[in-house]
Amino acid sequence: MSDWRARPAVRWAGVALIAVSLAVLPFALAQVGTSWVRITDYAILYVLLALGLNIVVGFAGLLDLGYIAFYAVGAYTYALLASPHFNIHLPFWIILPIGAAVAALFGVLLGTPTLKLRGDYLAIVTLGFGEIVRIFLNNLSRPINLTSGPQGIAGIDPFRIDGFSFSSYQTIGGLEFSGPIKYYYVLLAVTLGVIAVNLRLQDSRIGRAWQAIREDEIAARAMGINTRNLKLLAFAMGASFGGIAGGMFSAIQAFISPESFILVESVMVVSMVVLGGMGNVWGVILGALLLSFTPEVLRWTVAPVQQALFGRMLIDPEVIRMLLFGLAMVLIMLFRPAGLLPSSVRKRELTQEAQ
Amino acid sequence: MTNTKLAFSLLAAALVAAGCSKETPQAKKEGGAPQASAETVEVKIGHVGPLTGSIAHLGKDNENGARLAIEEANAAKIQIGGKPATFTLVAEDDQADPKVGTTVAQKLVDAKVNGVVGHLNSGVTIPASAIYNQAGIPMITGSATNPKLTEQGFKNVFRVVGRDDQQGPAIASYLATENKPKVVAVIDDATAYGEGIANEVEKTLKAAKIKVLPREKGTDKTTDWKAILTKLRGHKPDAVFYGGMDATGGPLLKQGRELGMKAVFSFGDGACTDKMKELAGDASEGLLCSQAGIPPQAASQKFQEAFKKRFSGDPIIYAPFTYDAANLLIEAMKKAGSADPKVYLPELQKINYSGATGPIAFDEKGDRKDAEITIFTMKGGKIEPIAVVKAGKTWPYNDFVKNMASAK
Amino acid sequence: MDTFLQQIINGLTAGSVYAVVALGYTMVYGIIQLINFAHGEVVMIGAMVAFSVINALVPYGLPPLVIVLIGAGCAVPICMLVGYAMERLAYRPLRHAPRLAPLITAIGVSIILQHVALLVWSRNVLAFPQIIESRTYMIGGAAITTIQIAILAICFGLMAALAILIYRTPLGTAMRATAQNQQVAGLMGIDINRVIAATFVIGAALGAIAGVLYGTYYGLAQYTMGSILGLKAFSAAVLGGIGNIPGAMLGGVLLGIVEALGAGYIGDLTNLCQYSFLAAHINDCAGGGNFVIFGSNYQDVFAFVVLILVLVFRPSGLLGERVGDRA
Repeated sequence: MSDWRARPAVRWAGVALIAVSLAVLPFALAQVGTSWVRITDYAILYVLLALGLNIVVGFAGLLDLGYIAFYAVGAYTYALLASPHFNIHLPFWIILPIGAAVAALFGVLLGTPTLKLRGDYLAIVTLGFGEIVRIFLNNLSRPINLTSGPQGIAGIDPFRIDGFSFSSYQTIGGLEFSGPIKYYYVLLAVTLGVIAVNLRLQDSRIGRAWQAIREDEIAARAMGINTRNLKLLAFAMGASFGGIAGGMFSAIQAFISPESFILVESVMVVSMVVLGGMGNVWGVILGALLLSFTPEVLRWTVAPVQQALFGRMLIDPEVIRMLLFGLAMVLIMLFRPAGLLPSSVRKRELTQEAQ
Repeated sequence: MTNTKLAFSLLAAALVAAGCSKETPQAKKEGGAPQASAETVEVKIGHVGPLTGSIAHLGKDNENGARLAIEEANAAKIQIGGKPATFTLVAEDDQADPKVGTTVAQKLVDAKVNGVVGHLNSGVTIPASAIYNQAGIPMITGSATNPKLTEQGFKNVFRVVGRDDQQGPAIASYLATENKPKVVAVIDDATAYGEGIANEVEKTLKAAKIKVLPREKGTDKTTDWKAILTKLRGHKPDAVFYGGMDATGGPLLKQGRELGMKAVFSFGDGACTDKMKELAGDASEGLLCSQAGIPPQAASQKFQEAFKKRFSGDPIIYAPFTYDAANLLIEAMKKAGSADPKVYLPELQKINYSGATGPIAFDEKGDRKDAEITIFTMKGGKIEPIAVVKAGKTWPYNDFVKNMASAK
Repeated sequence: MDTFLQQIINGLTAGSVYAVVALGYTMVYGIIQLINFAHGEVVMIGAMVAFSVINALVPYGLPPLVIVLIGAGCAVPICMLVGYAMERLAYRPLRHAPRLAPLITAIGVSIILQHVALLVWSRNVLAFPQIIESRTYMIGGAAITTIQIAILAICFGLMAALAILIYRTPLGTAMRATAQNQQVAGLMGIDINRVIAATFVIGAALGAIAGVLYGTYYGLAQYTMGSILGLKAFSAAVLGGIGNIPGAMLGGVLLGIVEALGAGYIGDLTNLCQYSFLAAHINDCAGGGNFVIFGSNYQDVFAFVVLILVLVFRPSGLLGERVGDRA
């Protein structure tokens, strides 16, 4: 198991192979259809969200059911600062950090009153927080119009560098770059950065302290860990990743409205983290990819398969899609209760409990 | 250990499925449609609406409307450019989610559909319309009423349903002139549609110097309106307007009467259905509501009957509009003699068509020109047309029908 | 004053339905510390089954009350079966798994139940046949209907019956013992699996009745109705102290009243135009206009804010005991 890790040449070859395939991937997908590039873009957005939530849930052990609120905050920050709504058009490299900071602020705002809460009480408060943010966004159209309410904000600027727009279709060096392909590379770059941060965090002082809080908060405090600051830091960091993802979502969609930030989205992100393997960065990424691709793959396969088996549509394909999706969630948990790729700590816990 | 193996095989199965799926579209391309000979024109028309989720019933209704049009077109053996044409409906589910909406829109673009009917919600239609626009594929929505949709400057975006700012003023001015209320309460369901139409109603009422109470809001899932209605009862409104769908409007009306409110209840097209009788019982008697277009009773009994026969049930709300939308695409293709979006788009822009919802022509934005709005009331458990509002003028329904007959 | 009384009646009716649903959450949580997210779906199935039965029986001209009772009589056993199957298949295998695993299966189960219901009962909003003639009585200027009175009576009756079951019967004793410590309860000869299954089944039965009440009161049912009702009831259970039976009842009723009063009064209080020193500076106020900051659109926000405030000052809910960290 460990011998290939020890040989740097093999390892670098592996890394190079992954790098090349990631670089070529969108063009391969575009051969099948641009919709698959777009699906991949959204899947990467979910990877970002899941990685952010993983800091809160996986590392620090704080169950957050309102995570999508930070995504919403990031998305609206971007939309308000780069759209005709207030006629402000700031460039994206200024807004994304602002969005991350605003989201982090909201993270602290949520974290502060909930410091004393544990487990499921925390879950409901975060859930409530997520709903409160969405309801505010949906209603701040009156008495003064801030967010345009349910009508949403349209005409949001795409990422742009000196006239190079990320949303338009372009041919560079004989290769056809559609909007989704360009965004794919931006998303990939951001994701690699976030993965690096996550991996570094996992084994840092902070990471260990979070782990201590997760395992036993009282003991952690007795060991001299400042639980308050560290919990707030977890909320703030997790939130800022959500904020960045939200900003990019805004730019890709060019239109946002509160219906993109409903409770189901939060639940989905939590499911990604748990299904993949809480606390394990690779597991979380796998979970996010799996849950974003499964419904889409089913969308493409259910109808033809049914057609082939029975010669006609017995049940609406979209219903089968949702049924299979629910079933997959149940089955994966039944067979892999700690997630598909559990973190080593979780694995230890599980075997201990079984004894 | 067996558990691990099982899970991995599950994963492997999923991956295999993923692999297969990537091949399907290509297989489709290469294999081509078997029935398509060199002589026939194959036309693919996309339809998108939510088929799962809490407004899935409306999505299915829309899809049925478009499906009926396609089936009729196939039965009629239509020719495009002198060649027989076969039409297929590519129906997709956008889950009323803007993100899924753009994915599905891209899927339709990849599948090279010739035109699109949809989507249902404004919030999903707006981001999706940008994708159709880039691909140059015409889309006609039969239910997205948010004015912003056609204000984007897209040449290929059309709508056959009245905009919020056409319908809201119509019902409000009818209410103001016929019922002469002093105080009106306006409620909406905090959706783009509900809020949009309620804002327009409020604007029109205020312009007519009628006092409007502070806006009350529920959600599109609210079933308990009693707290809001009790508060309103204290202000004694003469009329209540609700911007929202029948599923929430029915309980609202019923609970209002239970609380002893005597006000006239009025609604937009979302709650202008016979279902209001089922949902609100006898309380529904005498409600006022508006629908875009001229009422089916006047325009097309034929559509109603065909729909009932095909889907064994009445259309819910927007099916007549998606039916017209699909027919408009087909009509434009016929006129242009081509199913190529670039060729038939100009025909669509200047079309003059008499559909199930009345005569249809588009203005330069892609909105329906001079859309008639019909005012209905609930009488004996059925909604009956009482007046038609066109270009700011209100006609009693019977006069309007007479006029139409004489115009013919 | 009549408005205030009316709001209390509104809140009580809605709240007592929340309370009965909340009981299902809290019983399950109390015994195995699981948030059964699929409980809302059980309520939905209850309403749907009753809808089908009632619709089928209407043409036979039975007395309306009998029809509704038969409807409920069919909904309860079917929901009990659903509750049992759910526990047996999706939760029991995960009893010793990490805390969040059963949460995800619960979400999966709720997706499955919703779409099975979609297949059986269609996507449409189903209008419940309104066969029970609703009479309105006036009490001090406030209107209350026969159905409201029936809901209040049934809900409080169910809560009392459940309290007797929990605190006065052998099964109840076994449930409380299992809730305190499963292993020790097992050593004392209690069949834990049976007790936990019984908890699910009883919770599901309560959910079924709540579903029927909801359907008859509001006059409609749809396959997605379970999620919003479940969310409200879950909040109610937490407000009262999750795992605590009287807490769920208190939480449910309180949540209903908070919602009603919030929607009824906060809008008027935050209408800045009524404060003359402010109105002069706000353009919208001119000519009888309004400038409302928090209207009824924030109804759900009020409910959540109250919930959060309660939890900040009493981290285990109103009646919950302080328990050690189990997360």
